[in-house]
Amino acid sequence: MKFSEKWLREWVNPAIDSDSLDEQLSLAGLEIDGREAAAGEFSGVVIGEILSAEPHPNADKLQVCSVTDGTETYAVVCGAPNARAGLKTAFARIGAVLPGNFKIKKAKLRQVESFGMLSSEQELGLSENHDGIMELPSDAPLGMDIREYLDLDDQIFDVDLTPNRSDCLSIAGLARELGVLNKMGVNQPVLNRIVAEIEDQPKITLEAPTACPRYLGRIIRGVNIKATTPLWMQEKLRRGGIRSLDPVVDVTNYVMLELGQPMHAFDLANINGAITVRLSKENETLTLLNGTELKLNPESLVIADEKQALALAGIMGGEASGCNEATQDLMLEVAYFDPLSLAGKARDYGLHTDASHRFERGVDFKLQERAMERATELLLEITGGKAGPITEAVSEGHLPTRKPVTLRKARLEKLLALRLDDAEVNDILTRLGLEVTDTGAAWVTQVPSYRFDISIEEDLIEEVARVYGYDNLPVKAPTANLIIQSRSESELSKRQIRELLISRGYQEAITYSFIDPKWSALFDPNNEPLALANPISADLAVMRTSLLPSLAKALSHNQKRQQARVRFFETGLSFIKQADGSLSQEPKLAGLISGNRFPEGWAGKTEDVDFFDLKGDLEALIDLGNNAERWQFRVASNPALHPGQSAEILFQQDDGQQVTAGWIGALHPQLMKSLDLKGKVFVFEVSLACITQAQVAQFQSLSRFPEMRRDLALVVDAELPVGQLIQEARIQGGEWLQKVTLFDVYQGKGVEEGKKSLALGLTWQHPSRTLTDEEINTQVNQVVTAFSQGYAAELRS
Amino acid sequence: MENLSSLTVEGESLQQRVYQALEKITQTSDSQALDQLRVDYLGKKGELTSLLKTLGSLPAEERPKAGEVINQAKQVVQDALNTRKDELDSAALNARLAAESIDISLPGRGQEIGGLHPVTRTIDRIEDFFSSIGFTVAEGPEVEDDYHNFEALNIPEHHPARAMHDTFYFDAHTLLRTHTSPVQVREMENKQPPIRIICPGRVYRCDSDMTHSPMFHQMEGLLIDENISFADLKGILQQFLRAFFEQDLKVRFRPSYFPFTEPSIEVDVDRGDGRWLEVLGCGMVHPKVLEMSGIDPEKYTGFAFGMGMERFAMLRYGVDDLRLFFDNDLKFLSQLG
Repeated sequence: MKFSEKWLREWVNPAIDSDSLDEQLSLAGLEIDGREAAAGEFSGVVIGEILSAEPHPNADKLQVCSVTDGTETYAVVCGAPNARAGLKTAFARIGAVLPGNFKIKKAKLRQVESFGMLSSEQELGLSENHDGIMELPSDAPLGMDIREYLDLDDQIFDVDLTPNRSDCLSIAGLARELGVLNKMGVNQPVLNRIVAEIEDQPKITLEAPTACPRYLGRIIRGVNIKATTPLWMQEKLRRGGIRSLDPVVDVTNYVMLELGQPMHAFDLANINGAITVRLSKENETLTLLNGTELKLNPESLVIADEKQALALAGIMGGEASGCNEATQDLMLEVAYFDPLSLAGKARDYGLHTDASHRFERGVDFKLQERAMERATELLLEITGGKAGPITEAVSEGHLPTRKPVTLRKARLEKLLALRLDDAEVNDILTRLGLEVTDTGAAWVTQVPSYRFDISIEEDLIEEVARVYGYDNLPVKAPTANLIIQSRSESELSKRQIRELLISRGYQEAITYSFIDPKWSALFDPNNEPLALANPISADLAVMRTSLLPSLAKALSHNQKRQQARVRFFETGLSFIKQADGSLSQEPKLAGLISGNRFPEGWAGKTEDVDFFDLKGDLEALIDLGNNAERWQFRVASNPALHPGQSAEILFQQDDGQQVTAGWIGALHPQLMKSLDLKGKVFVFEVSLACITQAQVAQFQSLSRFPEMRRDLALVVDAELPVGQLIQEARIQGGEWLQKVTLFDVYQGKGVEEGKKSLALGLTWQHPSRTLTDEEINTQVNQVVTAFSQGYAAELRS
Repeated sequence: MENLSSLTVEGESLQQRVYQALEKITQTSDSQALDQLRVDYLGKKGELTSLLKTLGSLPAEERPKAGEVINQAKQVVQDALNTRKDELDSAALNARLAAESIDISLPGRGQEIGGLHPVTRTIDRIEDFFSSIGFTVAEGPEVEDDYHNFEALNIPEHHPARAMHDTFYFDAHTLLRTHTSPVQVREMENKQPPIRIICPGRVYRCDSDMTHSPMFHQMEGLLIDENISFADLKGILQQFLRAFFEQDLKVRFRPSYFPFTEPSIEVDVDRGDGRWLEVLGCGMVHPKVLEMSGIDPEKYTGFAFGMGMERFAMLRYGVDDLRLFFDNDLKFLSQLG
């Protein structure tokens, strides 16, 4: 909410400058978001009157005006369409400086000399209005400085109020706070009760008293809607961020800014009979003041006459019943609408108005009469007319109740870690408008009707702390019993995992958890993703079932920026709908590599990454957990992966059951094509819960006896998975076999077509003696026999 | 030696022969020739060795003296050989070292190191600060129910605070968490105080522009125990902010409003340029929130705080565009990794 500093100071004027005022309000919880001058920086502009306006001899759109400042007369060339004899306006004489350090000098416009400039609001930094030069009232004193006349040495404050502080959505509310903070009294306008001059009264029925427990109406006849709103009011409205329209709208807005009570004026001629405040009917429609045609939602609160809905209660008036240039008689409305009943209603229609903003947060339910009198008083002054008596419809039982709230002195001290002086607390609460009774151990308070945010003890603690100043409250370091946190060694931390991947050249990525449904279908056609009801865009519309599409997208982003070598990993949840309707949100780790195996360098040319680079990284992660025996890679197909270069990753759980922990492989060429990815791309995704499981190491005594190694050169079918041979060697090698190393795989020249040659190294060691050649030979033979019988492997000579 | 001029080799005096040997040794420039000289003079059949064998032909009284002289000569030659050998070895080593020297300005070979995402780095740092004073990390689901994200935090339906959250929904009751507070709720439901947790994680708001991302990261913290006061909140957060920014910065506590805390506070810091920057929201846990999760608000009090990790990362590393965090551009990430 914007407001004029000077206006606020009319109510309370502490001896502090604008900066201090800003800080004081902010530190009391009324955050000042910004401040700007009420007008641009200018000087030397006075009130002038156009005595005559003659056409410019050499230009169609210009006039040569004779302008007086009350002392002298000047010739001024002016292009404004509204420049006319008799108009009083802003006159920048020679020597004046306009905003932007624009100095006014004698000038020649199309051969005619001009001694000064007539100015628009925009040129003086007052508003964006540049339709013409300013139009000042006829009683404006000639020669007076415009800054003085419009009282422009003022600042516009923008306060960003939290939703609980609706009581400060007005000058009156802000003044009350400022009074509390500075321990000063507040000047309020005297309440003038208007004596009715006519007897007309609207008939009002409250059909929905929960939503609208109080509604005041007053008829005013014979208003001159064409009267001009006084400049001081226009200026206060302008500084409050509201454009002056006509005196009726201006007055209702003014009272809203001043007291915090939104109001509305109906053209009496357009009201058919009695007023009813009711909920909308089925298929009811209403055209709003802004021209929007609404089909009313059920349960919308409306102000209606006997024929139709006239206004959307607390949000906006209707077009048909609004005031216009022809309006003569009015009905003023001042109501209290229940915040809960109104909550969300404007939003449902895509609306947000000054009125709805206030009603949703809570308007003082005792303010209506005062606001009505104030508005009537101002309106009669400006537009003339005769007012009838106020008609009030009220359902007392539905008005809010304010239960007493108790603040225990001990509780206050405990929560603030400070014993405050009783008198100080009493003063703070009283100035805030609470009625306070000191019972010795506590204060019992009665909360005023404008505070919707005080209902429990903590609310009062907040009030006291806030006014006392959060920065003035004590600071201490908390103490606690020290307990060592248990951290299981059989669980790897995410940090260990990340650090290992980073040291192997991976960059961590963080991608959105929602992705394009098309990508989801390409990667994981078997899982229908969870769709957002209100996605931010079509390409971020479903929750990912896998991290892989996101990493592929990150790759694509980088490939488009000439980054061919990419190594990414990410941790995050995957969201998979389960058969029983529940949702699994499982933490996953995914990795992606593409481009060169090593960064480009001087030491020989580097090759593209392949499956085994990625598998090696994953195996390193597995080794970090010291439980490689629980992991297995199995040939299996996955729609996102190359069928000949992919594997399912299996993990043996604590209960012995083997589960799918993830996938590894090359992205399917078809998928790559669809996504316009280049090169070769290898990915893995694995359950974080599996990969973080670790085996705590157990020492086995070291053997002092020599290791014996035998190397085997074999030729096998090219199709044979070598993993099976290694597994077989482990079984057949006997209990002292320590290690099986595959140290060569070769296919090509010198090896028969369809075959591959392998080299295996087997290492034995006995814990307590030296093994004999015979023992080793026996084991080697056993392995070789198993190889040739089970796998048709031939020993190479 | 002079007095033993009777000792001669091939007609030359021993002294002369030794001088000749020394000269030859000095002039030798390869170790093989040097070895040959060793054999020639000191070998089994070497010149000096042979001389010893002639001692028998001398009168008995001269033999000890002559033996001593010959041995001295041998020693002189031996020393010269050794010295020369050392010189040659050293020269050879120097030559080899010179030949083997490399251009150490060439870059090293092999894998480059990768890097952490700046948001993770920020989270890790903050976790470290808080775990050093006994906080543990708690995590929870990101697809949440309305109850844990709102109701249990004193944000009933139609509360204006809901409008501030711009929530992503799946259906009327299922949503993407808008903060990590539901993790705190779940912790309070399952545990009695003392509770000291921090909850880092992804959160979601239906908003996207220069300063808003539909997904971002929060770190929230919760401390509940007997006798926790506003002063504790101020103490911990002030210490934390100074530790994070490694600066004795000014910290300001300003009243604000969150439905789940009372009093509610926003914290600003001034890093020395006279501008207050809002960095986190916090407050004393609302008694209703404690009660709803089964904690007695008369016995226990506590505070909670929440902060945006991207904002902290931006302030810490000088990043000026929020969107960079989720583009995953390697040029960006490798700068901050």
